[in-house]
Amino acid sequence: MSVILVFLLVIIGIAGWWLVQQGVMSKPWLEHGPRGALQDVEDPVIPTEKIGLAVFLAVVGALFALFASAYFMRMELPDWQALPILRLLWLNTGILVLSSVALQCAVIAARQGQMDTLRLALVTGGITALAFLAGQLVAWRQLSAEGNFLTANPANSFFYLLTGMHGLHILGGLLALTRTTIRAWSSASPERLRLGTELCAMYWHFLLFVWLALFVLLAGWAADFIEICRRVLT
Amino acid sequence: MVDITPGPVDAVPPAEVPEVELYHPHSWWTKYVFSQDAKVIAIQYSGTAMAIGLVALVLSWLMRLQLGFPGTFDFITPEAYYQFITMHGMIMVIYLLTALFLGGFGNYLIPLMVGARDMVFPYVNMLSYWIYLLAVLVLVASFFAPGGPTGAGWTLYPPQAILSGTPGGQDWGIILMLVSLILFIIGFTMGGLNYVVTVLQGRTRGMTLMRLPLTVWGIFTATVMALLAFPALFVACVMMLFDRVLGTSFFMPALVEMGEQLSYGGGSPILFQHLFWFFGHPEVYIVALPAFGIVSDLISTHARKNIFGYRMMVWAIVAIGALSFVVWAHHMYVSGMHPYFGFFFATTTLIIAIPTAIKVYNWVLTLWRGDIHLTIPMLFALAFIVTFVNGGLTGLFLGNVVVDVPLSDTMFVVAHFHMVMGVAPILVIFGAIYHWYPKITGRMLNEVMGQFHFWVTFVGAYAIFFPMHYVGLVGVPRRYPEIGDTAFIPDSVHDLNAFITIAALIVGFAQMVFLFNLFWSLKFGREAGGNPWRATTLEWQTSETPPAHGNFGKELPVVYRWAYDYNVPGANEDFLAQNDPGAAKAAQPA
Repeated sequence: MSVILVFLLVIIGIAGWWLVQQGVMSKPWLEHGPRGALQDVEDPVIPTEKIGLAVFLAVVGALFALFASAYFMRMELPDWQALPILRLLWLNTGILVLSSVALQCAVIAARQGQMDTLRLALVTGGITALAFLAGQLVAWRQLSAEGNFLTANPANSFFYLLTGMHGLHILGGLLALTRTTIRAWSSASPERLRLGTELCAMYWHFLLFVWLALFVLLAGWAADFIEICRRVLT
Repeated sequence: MVDITPGPVDAVPPAEVPEVELYHPHSWWTKYVFSQDAKVIAIQYSGTAMAIGLVALVLSWLMRLQLGFPGTFDFITPEAYYQFITMHGMIMVIYLLTALFLGGFGNYLIPLMVGARDMVFPYVNMLSYWIYLLAVLVLVASFFAPGGPTGAGWTLYPPQAILSGTPGGQDWGIILMLVSLILFIIGFTMGGLNYVVTVLQGRTRGMTLMRLPLTVWGIFTATVMALLAFPALFVACVMMLFDRVLGTSFFMPALVEMGEQLSYGGGSPILFQHLFWFFGHPEVYIVALPAFGIVSDLISTHARKNIFGYRMMVWAIVAIGALSFVVWAHHMYVSGMHPYFGFFFATTTLIIAIPTAIKVYNWVLTLWRGDIHLTIPMLFALAFIVTFVNGGLTGLFLGNVVVDVPLSDTMFVVAHFHMVMGVAPILVIFGAIYHWYPKITGRMLNEVMGQFHFWVTFVGAYAIFFPMHYVGLVGVPRRYPEIGDTAFIPDSVHDLNAFITIAALIVGFAQMVFLFNLFWSLKFGREAGGNPWRATTLEWQTSETPPAHGNFGKELPVVYRWAYDYNVPGANEDFLAQNDPGAAKAAQPA
């Protein structure tokens, strides 16, 4: 359970820092007036949607951290046989990076108001994400063609489960991306369009990060790394 | 008291907070059924939770009938008994308590108390309810599925949960249970995002974090915890569903069943326990923290005194929230673990008693020399303090490994967690309903029925659970449909069991009086007016009762003070509402 505990420690750190910023040390019974000790309520700098997405990403992060915890605990049992790394996964990783880059371009374009670039970048981001999903499906096919079925070994089970979970999250993101893309063609307000693009990009970067973490985990490097750390420490 | 900092700097800033776009319903359907108004969603959540809670109540009667009078009721087979305990536990913990505190009270109170027009994502909030309803329907469907609902115990421990020896294990029961939980978690996450982000972003001008009523603090912290803890249950459910449906071996060791080797192998049931309790222990506080918050407000309002140690109360809530994530393995002492781990988890468990005790002291010190009005909400709040202390003290017993090992899986544990996590939060729920019903409906609940309901519930709950501690101490194991004649169990236990059953039936029927009161007072209750308890928090200051769509009138209230200005020296009334500029302000030239 160490992965999730480290994750929680980070969350608690952020929450603690934020609470101190918000004046949990103030004495509200002495402070009257419309403002109180702090002026945080006026002009919220960060849009509500972004805060909402950030909270959601924390939940998704907890979910994958828990999967990783379960992975490490299951891994220590004797019937574990590590899975060979498919070459295709490298390609898929590259495609997902491209997708993230495309959406980052979209954000820049949206900020500068270049509609053509924005549309192009959004569509590229969507198509590359779809290509990533297709690539993951091909990876599943390749694995099962080699006889590495879901139930053959816990490492396989985890591979299908984790890639599937990640894929579902990408799929959900694609729904939001489709909406934003449609909005880029219809004459929506540029403000909302920019916000939508930024939200999509934020989600994409996060899922790219999750995928990289999962890749490291599934390829076994994470376990090697922890082993090295353990040796250094003892 | 000196009203400090009245300067030109502090005059109300002219800039208006930008109005959030509010969704306005156009038809009856979008107004009352597919409503995006948090108040309607709250009532939908509460209604559904109470309806499914009634099912759990009936199940508890059936269990008690079996335990009190074993062999009398033919239809309660051991399998049926297991199904009853499983569904009773699951419904009570998740579908009733969690949904009612966060979905019900959270939805109703957060926007009103922080001075917002609605939740920040009303559409997602609506979806949250409908997915919750779907989860409940899937759960109910398992009663009608072939093989009936699962009988795995509310902890759903593998491997037994998905084997043929357990009711529903190889039928639909466990699958529907897992699917229902997964749906619940998805729905809850949608609602939870709203509760958290509304507190973060939706507060009105002047409502700093440290001016929030403790109710909001409790619900807010509990929601944050739930958002981080429910994923553990989600992971456990998904992996168990894989084991059951697709034949993986995440949790399933190699097994021989009925002389037949199963295809599972190598999995770890302990892994499931870690995941489950990583959710399961925070869940206790997910239910308790909103109760703590609500009870603080009830006590302060009905004792006409400011809450003692507001800052400490807030810190304690946050500390309990953080600590509750590092105690989960105290549920697994008997599963076996490294002695140092046992020591670690016993220590963290006992450390939690410190912030909890701070809260109890502060409640008592708030009451000290207060102007206590023994209204029905206050009675329930006082009953909560007593019950929570009683239940919490047995928790100190069970937190120690050496004491837990012999007491584990006895009725003592059942009595402990019913006191601390069953009776105590439910007393708060009742208190809160009596307190806020006038705001929700505009009418007071009937006092006579309320008194009857309170005394029967309070005394009855003790009649049920105090003897149960003794039954557990003499060694009666939990989860056994009947004990039979065992050498170490004295006859008194059988008499006590019958007594407990009769008390449980009576307490159950008292709840019918409560439900009747809810409907009766809707029509015949005394008109309440806007602020019958003369409370300070914003929900009582709305221009209309019940609050209209958009909660507040044309302008959102501006908050000038914290939520506990009762009996302020020099004030005209015995309370100053949070949006009351106060005497010093009014005297100032405009």
